[in-house]
Amino acid sequence: MKVLVPVKRVVDYNVKVRVKSDQSGVDIANVKMSMNPFDEIAVEEATRLKEKGVVTEVIAVSCGVAQCQETLRTAMAIGADRGILVQTDAELQPLAVAKLLKVLAEKEQPQLMILGKQAIDDDANQTGQMLAALLGWSQATFASKIELLDGIARVTREVDGGLETIDLKLPAIVTTDLRLNEPRYVTLPNIMKAKKKQLDTVTPEELGVDVAPRLKTLKVCEPAGRSAGVKVPDVAALVDKLKNEAKVV
Amino acid sequence: MSILVIAEHDNVQLKGATHNVVAAATKIGGDIHVLVAGANARAVADHAAKLAGVSKVLLAESPTLADGLAENVAEQVLALAPGYSHILFAATASGKNVAPRVAARLDVAQISEIQAVDSADTFQRAIYAGNAVATVQSTDATKVITVRTTGFDAVAESGSGTVEAVPAAAGAGLSTFVSREVAKSDRPELAGAKVVVSGGRGMGSAENFKILDPLADKLGAALGASRAAVDAGYAPNDWQVGQTGKIVAPQLYVAIGISGAIQHLAGMKDSKVIVAVNKDAEAPIFGVADYGLVADLFQAVPELVTTL
Repeated sequence: MKVLVPVKRVVDYNVKVRVKSDQSGVDIANVKMSMNPFDEIAVEEATRLKEKGVVTEVIAVSCGVAQCQETLRTAMAIGADRGILVQTDAELQPLAVAKLLKVLAEKEQPQLMILGKQAIDDDANQTGQMLAALLGWSQATFASKIELLDGIARVTREVDGGLETIDLKLPAIVTTDLRLNEPRYVTLPNIMKAKKKQLDTVTPEELGVDVAPRLKTLKVCEPAGRSAGVKVPDVAALVDKLKNEAKVV
Repeated sequence: MSILVIAEHDNVQLKGATHNVVAAATKIGGDIHVLVAGANARAVADHAAKLAGVSKVLLAESPTLADGLAENVAEQVLALAPGYSHILFAATASGKNVAPRVAARLDVAQISEIQAVDSADTFQRAIYAGNAVATVQSTDATKVITVRTTGFDAVAESGSGTVEAVPAAAGAGLSTFVSREVAKSDRPELAGAKVVVSGGRGMGSAENFKILDPLADKLGAALGASRAAVDAGYAPNDWQVGQTGKIVAPQLYVAIGISGAIQHLAGMKDSKVIVAVNKDAEAPIFGVADYGLVADLFQAVPELVTTL
């Protein structure tokens, strides 16, 4: 069984981003970029399924600028067999990415695609679901456990208030939640090996997909700041403030 | 302009989140209908009809809709979609699961987790873990939206809408429900609680987490946790507050032994009053706390309980 894993290059999760003064967006020049943490979990899960022998090939895909190659190399250092970059400098929104992935899925014919549940830059949480809809496949979002059984994927999902388990008819789309696994550290020998793996590049035009954005970002602002708080010396002072100043207890 | 709100429910009870989504719909303006898709969910529909501003509740009942499977619920929404300019879901696990599926089939972009309505096509939403707020305008004919419930005050239950049965869409037959494990709790639901008491890695163990119980009882609070505490196994997954967990905005948020990582702050920094108890005076949580107490939590928490 072939598994396709889309990965996104995003601002590293430890970076505190700054809004540009002209409100046109967030300043991402010269900040550290990494693979979206949920996508790392997706690559790790696909690799584990391959190590268990239920999956034969893992293909990592990324859509975006030329530097996304680095993200694909990271995926290949974790365990992906080859990579595909859909290269474009255009702004890509989830619907456009889902359309690009749909064409690749039709070409590669995977039985399973594992995506992160959301990217930590746009926080959209849409691409996996949109892709499932466009392909007419089943979906399981926020997965904390994936088992491949005969012709189905049994997935445990994190939902509000607990967990639920569903069976998906294959081919299927699964999106990862944080507790699905702990991604491995990439080792130097694996980074070296990843450099030799196959990486193909295509463009949205070659795939015949119109990626024009549907949502127009009018402006990006700093969130409303909180006024500076105070430190209280002891518990009695804290309770006094809560009762008499904030009046919340 | 007509707005369709997808009700959040478990076939027995209408969830509080729906009240906030109807509030967002009211801000957009127009005729508001609520879809209750489920099985034996008449009581839910009757409840939804009482929400202020709702003119009509559409009740679609079928065994295939009983468990909220995304493929089946999306088909139901799509069957009704042509009559509406806006389709609104709560930004909960179930809303986020279904909404993009509907949007893609309508070939429109989905707008995630709006926290304010500027106009019928322009909305505000947080990006980068709440470190920036984007104002976005949709050029699509139908606006498919998920609503961050903490951004809108719940509507009252003073309305008198009508309930109308609509035909259930055929199931997609792509997935099957197997089982559900619901964490039992007598406390208020985290996302809607007025007071939240959260513990972090500083709690040290699942056993130690129990010292938060009396404090939560005293305050009538829901219990929450940081990702560090959840990953360490101190607290269940669904207690997690943050970018990847629940977004809360209670009247009072008490952070105990939580350092205040960006991802945690994304889930609670809209709380009205934030209290932090941490022994590290340099912890970032003190940067957002209205009242900070630098102290050992194992002394401070019991003392708080007796003083309150």
